[in-house]
Amino acid sequence: MFTSRKLAYPVLRTLPRSHRSGRRWQSTEAHPAGGHLPSIATSTFLKPTRDLSLRTAGLRYVDQTDADPTREMVGRETRKMNMYQAVRDALSIALTKDETAVVFGEDVAFGGVFRCTMGLAEEFGRERVFNTPLTEQGIAGFGIGLASMGQTAIAEIQFADYIFPAFDQIVNEAAKFRFRSNGNFDVGGLTIRCPSMAVGHGGHYHSQSPEGFFMGAHGIKMVIPRSPIQAKGLLLSSIRDPNPVIFMEPKVLYRSSVEQVPMDDYEIPLGKAETLLRGEDLTVVSWGTPVYHCETALKMLSHPPPTLAPNVPATLRSAKVELIDLRTIMPWDVETIAESVNRTGRLVVVHEAGRTGGVGAEIGAEIQKRCFLKLNAPIRLVTGWDTPVPMQYEKFYMPDPIRVLDAVVETLTY
Amino acid sequence: MIRTLRIPHRFSNVVRGCRGVASTAAQLPGPGHAHGHLPSSTSPITSKLHFFNSVTEGGKQIPTYRVIDGAGQPLEGAVVPEIDKPLARRIYENMVQLPILDDILYNLQRQGRIVFYMTAYGEEAAIIGSAAALAPDDEVLAQYRESGVLLWRGFGYDNIMNQCFGTHLDVCGKGKQMPVHYGSKELHYHTISSPLATQIPQAAGVGYALKRDLTRRGRNCAVVYFGEGAASEGDFHAGMLLASTIPSPTLFIARNNGFAISTPSSEQYYGDGIAARGPGYGIHTVRVDGNDVLAVYSAVREARRLCIEEGRAVLVETMTYRVGHHSTSDDSFAYRPRKEVEDRKRLDNPIVRFRLFMEARGWWSKDEEAALTKRVKQEVMAAYKKAEALPKPELREMFTQVYGGEEPWNIKEQREELQRLVRKYGEAWEPWRSELKKHRGEGKELLE
Repeated sequence: MFTSRKLAYPVLRTLPRSHRSGRRWQSTEAHPAGGHLPSIATSTFLKPTRDLSLRTAGLRYVDQTDADPTREMVGRETRKMNMYQAVRDALSIALTKDETAVVFGEDVAFGGVFRCTMGLAEEFGRERVFNTPLTEQGIAGFGIGLASMGQTAIAEIQFADYIFPAFDQIVNEAAKFRFRSNGNFDVGGLTIRCPSMAVGHGGHYHSQSPEGFFMGAHGIKMVIPRSPIQAKGLLLSSIRDPNPVIFMEPKVLYRSSVEQVPMDDYEIPLGKAETLLRGEDLTVVSWGTPVYHCETALKMLSHPPPTLAPNVPATLRSAKVELIDLRTIMPWDVETIAESVNRTGRLVVVHEAGRTGGVGAEIGAEIQKRCFLKLNAPIRLVTGWDTPVPMQYEKFYMPDPIRVLDAVVETLTY
Repeated sequence: MIRTLRIPHRFSNVVRGCRGVASTAAQLPGPGHAHGHLPSSTSPITSKLHFFNSVTEGGKQIPTYRVIDGAGQPLEGAVVPEIDKPLARRIYENMVQLPILDDILYNLQRQGRIVFYMTAYGEEAAIIGSAAALAPDDEVLAQYRESGVLLWRGFGYDNIMNQCFGTHLDVCGKGKQMPVHYGSKELHYHTISSPLATQIPQAAGVGYALKRDLTRRGRNCAVVYFGEGAASEGDFHAGMLLASTIPSPTLFIARNNGFAISTPSSEQYYGDGIAARGPGYGIHTVRVDGNDVLAVYSAVREARRLCIEEGRAVLVETMTYRVGHHSTSDDSFAYRPRKEVEDRKRLDNPIVRFRLFMEARGWWSKDEEAALTKRVKQEVMAAYKKAEALPKPELREMFTQVYGGEEPWNIKEQREELQRLVRKYGEAWEPWRSELKKHRGEGKELLE
């Protein structure tokens, strides 16, 4: 009997390993709520080692460990974190360093629907990390009240799609608070965090990028990080900025973007874009998830896969494209973009939000004004279509690498 | 003098008669109908199907607390709050000054000297009575008809005039907002904004901040004023919910004055006013005669005490009547009879009621009335004359305080763009030419 069983198995044993190591065999976890983008794992923009992480451009440590600035990185540690862990780390540092800081929103006490507040209520207590009833206008108003008293209010809106009940409080109150009282009152201590952007299966109400709606709310700032290191540093800067900030976290990146993140308290400046790739022939500007699609598109430009090779003229494959992550959407870094486009003469802006009324239109108008005579092609926008995000059609809705590649090729050959 | 003047019933501005449906209270299960409770709850199970639509026991309207009647005499069984002569006089003088100030500023708008104004006629007791019951550093978030609170705290007529005229001495907002949008950090009065009810959830947050501040916890509360119309906004529900649930020491004072512009309260809500909502949030609630300054004072004192002691929302609904128009943009005789207003002024006058109370105690006299009126008029007119002569703020101020910290490029560039335009067209373009002269510095600071 034992022998016959032994005979049955060799057939299976000779199968290549890869067939046995598919996800079906390994993972017992349900599909993550925030979605999953495996292509990001190999991005060169993520920093997998301590050294690369500590050398992040523009990173400023808050606590000096050494009087000698050249020894700034000595003794500093990093830890592997995904974006929700990096957000959580930033919140923990804010709560530790600032006695007045509180974190509140729907479901934050148990850890949050995206785990951004895991363990914070246990560590800092329910007076500082607490659930609110289900009311976004209440959450925003409450945060404004707290911040008007000089305290630090870190509010969470569960999905950016649900920020609209708070629109009046944000636009009519938070944004105007300082101006209307000539600085007697302000709500600089307010930060509103919300998960945004597409997740693959979010449909109309779990995929939105509402930054365009807030562009007219002069007095607030908007920040969108692309990675764990960026999220932690930008969030700490946002919390400490003397203006109310809406911090939109691309939810699909919560788990999909992973890198070594410095464990210390550090900030990354607001209002400054980051040039990820240097180039001379064309500038691509984006933020959040599409940054990675741009990266993929540029790889496909220089090394098109066989099926796409006919669409990418050989002359273009050596084109050097400059890729810029805007990071702060309001106020946006016009100097960096204009300087780049004045050099390259071509601009493509990529964002998930729909075309009309999107931030790309604003950037396009300002850059054409500044770089008019240097432009060699019309400014091109690659965006979601002017429809609500449609569930089953998402692959054709969101700007993916092929659409970015197409826009780049067309702009280069204009 | 009529000893016990009852205020005519028809002036009750919570018109329940037109509902046409009997009010019924909830019924606790009696013997034979009780079957334990829901799990983890004290809600008793009953086998009797019974619908209720009232929060009061007899299904009647929530009663209104009053201390003195129309003739200023304490009601039978009423407890007159302990106030001494100086406090009573201070309350009375503050009440009297309001309509005098309002008269002058209202007329200034009519003459085109200021662009807009809102009066508080008829609500003097609700506003001053509550102001007197608060600590001077309780944080006040008001709607727009509560400048009496600010004056009680010592704001002064100069600041009022400078804000209404939008002069360079406007401490509230340097001419950036419409008249009556006052604010004062020193006096703990948050700057008014036009959108209604937005201040309500903010007050819940302010209350929480007071709770978190160990130097003020248990000593101060946030106080939020709003009208019965604003209480229809979602922000009212949000604010009540947060202050009752989180909780935070926030005192909610609803001025039910019968109108939201032209909309009478019968078209604003179907339930028993604003007070009926309080128990829905599980909070201490009281309805008070808003034209009886002693009742308002008593009720708000106690409400404040409960609010701070329990660290939770408390609701006070003051029943009053908006004698004046909604604002200078409104003519209320378009939607209510003149006679109704005249009758109210005559028969339920908060200032007269308190004056009669004071005179009965020998705390006030006709001579003092004349002297006070004269003095207030003089002081207000003097403040007006000063403010009228002042220029608007420097044109450059238009671009200040949009952001804190570093000025963003778009603000800087737009200011420079205006600079270019003023330099180019300031003399040649007439509307700008004369307008520039009204600003302090005449725009020259922009041209440097």
